[in-house]
Order: sequence, then C-alpha cells, then structure tokens
Amino acid sequence: MASTAKAIEPIISAAWGKPQSWTLDSYRKRGGYEALKRALEMQPAAIIDEVKKSNLRGRGGAGFPTGLKWSFVPKDSPKPKYLAVNGDESEPGTFKDRYILSDDPHMMLEGIAIASYALGVHTCYVYLRGEFKFQAERTQAAIDEAYKAGIFGKTLLGKDFELNCYVVRGAGAYICGEETALLESLEGKKGWPRLKPPFPAVVGLFGCPTVVNNVETLASVPAVFQKGADAYAKLGTDKSGGTRLVCLSGSVNRPGVYEVSMFTTLSELIYDDQYGRGLPAGRKVKAVIPGGSSAPVLGADELDVAMEFEALKVKQTMAGSGGVIVMDDATCMVRSLWRVARFYAEESCGQCTPCREGTPWQTRLLRKIEEGRGEPGDIDMLSNVASSIAPYPPIGLGNTICALGDAAALPTHSFLMRYRDEFEAHIREHRCPFGDKPWGSFGDWS
Amino acid sequence: MAEPLFTPEEQKKFDAGIAEIISHYPPDRKSAGMLPALRLLQDLKGWLPPEGLRLVAKKLEVTPERAMEVASFYVMYHLKKPGKYVIDVCTNLSCSLWGAEKMLAYLEEKLGLKAGEANEKFTLRETECLASCGTAPCLQINEDHHESLTKAKLDAILAKLS
Repeated sequence: MASTAKAIEPIISAAWGKPQSWTLDSYRKRGGYEALKRALEMQPAAIIDEVKKSNLRGRGGAGFPTGLKWSFVPKDSPKPKYLAVNGDESEPGTFKDRYILSDDPHMMLEGIAIASYALGVHTCYVYLRGEFKFQAERTQAAIDEAYKAGIFGKTLLGKDFELNCYVVRGAGAYICGEETALLESLEGKKGWPRLKPPFPAVVGLFGCPTVVNNVETLASVPAVFQKGADAYAKLGTDKSGGTRLVCLSGSVNRPGVYEVSMFTTLSELIYDDQYGRGLPAGRKVKAVIPGGSSAPVLGADELDVAMEFEALKVKQTMAGSGGVIVMDDATCMVRSLWRVARFYAEESCGQCTPCREGTPWQTRLLRKIEEGRGEPGDIDMLSNVASSIAPYPPIGLGNTICALGDAAALPTHSFLMRYRDEFEAHIREHRCPFGDKPWGSFGDWS
Repeated sequence: MAEPLFTPEEQKKFDAGIAEIISHYPPDRKSAGMLPALRLLQDLKGWLPPEGLRLVAKKLEVTPERAMEVASFYVMYHLKKPGKYVIDVCTNLSCSLWGAEKMLAYLEEKLGLKAGEANEKFTLRETECLASCGTAPCLQINEDHHESLTKAKLDAILAKLS
C-alpha cells in the first residue's frame, strides 16, 4: 500500500544512521545541549511544570506522566536524591533503546542533565542490560565527552551544580527492568522487586528519593525545552504528548524501529511504505501484539487503532514499551504463546509463589498441547493457572509483588480468549495443525 | 601451595578496577559495586572461581554467601568455566518467526552440542530475548552481538573462531 500515514518530523531518531551521530560534536551541531541551557535559566519547579504541561508519558511500559512522577520527589528531604535510568530493555518485541544508546546517547544525557537539575540530583546511574556491551561503551564514551566539555562534573554547563553519571551493566535478568528490582540490582543485590508503597520517588536507591526513567523518556526531554511544552504536547493526543518510537518485528517485510505520531494506527505501521511495507505475498495478518510480549494480543480485525496509550487501553490491551509483534496466518498461536510463556518462566525472579510456580506450569501445559499430547482438561487448567497468577481483567491487579506476574498471565488469557479454537484443534488432532512450517519460513532458514 | 588466582598484571587490573567501582557509590555502600566487581573478575578469569568470589566479597565488605547469591541469580555470570566461546541464541517469538529455532538446530548439528551443553571450545545456550527483534534472528558470541543472520553469515562468523 502506498504511503498514506502522515509523515512526521522525527525528534528522537532524527540522527540515527548518520555519520558520527553519537559524538558530542555532531550533537552540538544539531543544537544539542541548547535545551539544557534554556532549562538552566528556569527554576527547578518551573522545569517540572513544563514537563507536566508537555504531556510526556513514560516510554518504559507503564506510560505514567513524567512530570507528575518528578513532582513526587520530596523537595525538603535531607537525603541525597538519585536518578536511575532504566536501560534494561529486555521485553520480547522491544528494541528501541538499543538505537538511542548506540546512535544518539547525548540526547539521553541531555535529558538526564535537565532532570537532575530539576530534581536536585547529583548522582545518576544509567543501568543497561548486561548484553548491551556495545551500547554501554558508546554511552560511556559520550559521558566521558560530557565530563570533558564541562557538561557533567563539578559544574553543570558552567552552573554551580555537581552532576556525576555512571554506567552500570546488569547481568542478564529481565526482572531488573522492573523499577524496584533495578534499584536492588543497583545496590548490588539479586533483582527481587520491592513491595510498593513506599514508591522509589520517596524511598528508592539506598533508601533515598529516586526517580527511575526509561532511556526513551529522558531522550524525549530535550525536545520539550527546544520546542516548548505546548508545541511538544500538540504533537500528540490530549493525554499523551510528543512522538514515540515503536518497534516492529515478526511477520512483516520491513521490521525496524520507527518514530511515529501518536495518531498512527497499527494498520498503517504494518502496511505503510514508510514503515513495515506489509507482509510477504500470500500472507495475511492473523494477530498482533501491540506493546511488547506482555500486552494482550489483538486480532486482524482490530488494527484500526492508534498506537497510543488511551486508544489501546480501550481495546483492553496496552501500548507498553512500543513492541509490535506481527503474526501471519501460517503462525501457530499455541507455539507463539509457548515461546512467550517460556520467557516469563525463565525470567521470574522466584520471589512470589504464583509467579514462580505458575509460569513454568503454563509453559509445561503449552508444550504438551503443542506437541500433540494435550488432554481435554488442559485448556481450562491453563486458564486456571494464569488466573492464579493474575485474573483477567483488569490489568495490573495480580497476586504478585510486581507486574511480571501480570505480564505472564495476560498473554495466556488473551490468546485463549481469541484463539481458543486453535488450542482445541491441537488437542483434538493430537498434533500441531501448522506442523513445523511457520518456524523459520522467514529469512533463509526455511 | 595453590597457584595464585591472579598474575601480577591481573592483580593490578583487579585492584584498580575495584577502586574505580567503589568510587561510584557512597562510602558506606561499597557492596553496591557487586555486579561490576563480578564482571571485572569474569573479564579477567573468564569465569567466577570460588576464591575470586571470596575476594570480591572481602573487597566489598560482604559475606561470600552474599557474593554467591548475586552471582547465581544472574545468567551472565559463569560459576563453572565455560567453553572459549559462549553462544547465546535468542529463540523468542520475533526471532523464531525469522528462523531462530532452525538456526539453533543448525548450530546444534554443526557444533555437535545440544543447547545447554558445553565443550572446551563452545558453550551453546538458548537465551531469552536479546532486544534485537527487528534484526532477527540474532545471537551473541561472548559479548559480541550478531544480527540479521543467514546461514552464510553465520558460517562465516563461526569460521573465524579459532
């Protein structure tokens, strides 16, 4: 299909792929750190108000309003305050922060500087997933440049405000993307999520007030001050300002990360020439996961929906971290769910019984059904196990300390709700009706 | 007498590395440096030998049990000496739709190892999402990332591993 989706002027991805885009020199030539200069002329409270006005919402998954989150940090606390950057990108379907970190880390660093000044933070930790070795090196090099240029260090771009910034690499645990598990990991412990409240804004790293923001969220902050909050807000919907990155993967001709308007629909993302360019000849969309593997799946008849927090919520799913996974009509939904369920079983931290026991149970049942060994009661059993981890709906009211339990149960509920006939067919026919074919039929591995 | 854990050169790197790590945290929070300290040890030795774990614990002023608790929680730390090359193959949904299951089977056959097994040269593991779904299928060899893999590309990469 020809391009009909409204093209936007990219903000976050504008420099990706351009020569030396990750250097301070390149960033400055593009107007880098001008937003910080503007912010430093303002009072910290006014900076937070400006971010509130911009309607910037967190890009890590929950979509919480960023300015509001910043305003929860107590102003009169005698304790030091911290900023922790969440770069533990690990949810299947999500791969946007990788490019910010490798292609334009200074944009995130400028966001860090603005946030730190507004919040009175003098130490920031950039927590990156352990596997991001290259991205960690790029980010560290950018931090070194920022220190050398007097942006970080004893003074903040000439202002009497000390800011130190350190990169910390995780070591291969998805749970550390959960904000309190991230803080535990930053404290040198295993990543066991903490009970909330208290929330990190009040009791966070080392028991001190801490803001945890996603890489993309902070990379979005400079644009708020470059364009002005009103102009930034107007780029989006009433409740969600700016543009956003979406990650497109699975059964499409052109997977990748695309910066889109909040009004862009899933259908446009998949078919438009600017983005996914549709599916290979003869293939049709069967299902789409719109916001990372934990987001409830949508059917092919539900793609005319804007990829924005509120619109997807109406469809009883979520925009999450922007990970759109497309499955075509040759894809087995049992095997797809098995793949997703395995992830949560592997990554459960083991702290809460429903998640620790339930996630492998789901995986075992799905494997049994996929391999043709399923029995008539297995689908109800699967549904019961998922309900024990987190009932459906509503979203976010599970029986576990953190949302990993919800994330593990929601796909099961939604796959069973929409594609139950496929599960039944597996049990009835004692085999996978799709055989081995769909697995590897893209690329040259068929 | 048991052989020392570090060569003099390694000892120098370890001491300097630990000092740098500790400097990133408040003075009474040395233990926060656990993850980077374990990584430093692993970078030097290729894995986390028990005497190294005890040394890290001592430097960070925690019990050896605490160091072990952390080391065993995270998958990137090796508590046993792995093969020279650790291959982590992502087989999650997006990668599988682009052939990762078949790529893993190809690797298993080629290396004569099942996922989860190791020999002196290779440790082959099935891993859960490398955040590279748009350039599937992908894998990591030690800490190097390889994406958009085809058979020819993978063969060329493997051929370079001595």
